[in-house]
Amino acid sequence: MSVGLFFGCEKMVDMNYIDDTLIAKLYGEIDHHIAPSIRNKIDSECETYRPRVLVLDFEGVTFMDSSGIGLIMGRYREISLLGGRLEVTNIPPYLERIVALSGIGNLGVLK
Amino acid sequence: MNTVNEMKLQFISKSTNESFARSAVSAFVLPLDPTISELADIKTAVSEAVTNCIVHAYPDTLGIIYIDAKITDSNKVIIKIKDKGVGIENIEKALEPLYTTSNGERAGLGFAVMQSFMDNVKVRSTLNKGTSVTLEKSIIKVNYDKR
Ligand SMILES: Nc1ncnc2c1ncn2[C@@H]1O[C@H](COP(=O)(O)OP(=O)(O)O)[C@@H](O)[C@H]1O
Ligand SMILES: [Mg+2]
Repeated sequence: MSVGLFFGCEKMVDMNYIDDTLIAKLYGEIDHHIAPSIRNKIDSECETYRPRVLVLDFEGVTFMDSSGIGLIMGRYREISLLGGRLEVTNIPPYLERIVALSGIGNLGVLK
Repeated sequence: MNTVNEMKLQFISKSTNESFARSAVSAFVLPLDPTISELADIKTAVSEAVTNCIVHAYPDTLGIIYIDAKITDSNKVIIKIKDKGVGIENIEKALEPLYTTSNGERAGLGFAVMQSFMDNVKVRSTLNKGTSVTLEKSIIKVNYDKR
């Protein structure tokens, strides 16, 4: 099963399950305008299906400011409250600096 | 240091304009032949400053955001992003990483990102009058003759 969320004609997030792992693939530009829609989509999916692991896959992300960091930290909180675990994968090289600056590596979520 | 090009933008503080603003500044800077990484730095810093105007300066109203971007003869880009919003009470504190007055999902990293991605960041603010953030970055000149 796969659920997609589109912004205008652009896809922002695509969700798939492997067993009880929810893989959310993010696409395009993540800023303060876009982040709330992605957040709502992922949170409602997690609240309904209670995945054991939530994976945020950044491979398709072409731009991200600190709103993306807020999005990661917020999902870390949400999934932890539901008893699950967060993994952040495929951070593109050009996003490594903002990720390093944010200190989210200390949460042990980067894969 | 002389200005060789300049552009001014005014737009209302709607969040859809975040992507418009960073794309417009990026297009203005493009003739300097920046690297992809230099361009990404500028886009990210502009996105942070504009988002701050939308989220913090005009929290419950729509206001106008002003951008004034200049290119100097020494290949420096100077971008001033200004609002006439609520202002910042304590700039020193606002600049601290992780400091945020917002209860949304703000990371408190906007200024830290601007400072890390640009060469110089200046903040001026007066309570109830507004804030201006000036971002500077030198674009490394490519010498085509020597390539
Ligand atoms: N243009 C502005 N007008 C009023 N307050 C601002 C403005 N920009 C920043 N601030 C204040 O500075 C704080 C820190 O900003 P920032 O580092 O971007 O973090 P964040 O936006 O995540 O809160 C904000 O929480 C806000 O209190
Ligand atoms: Mg900010």
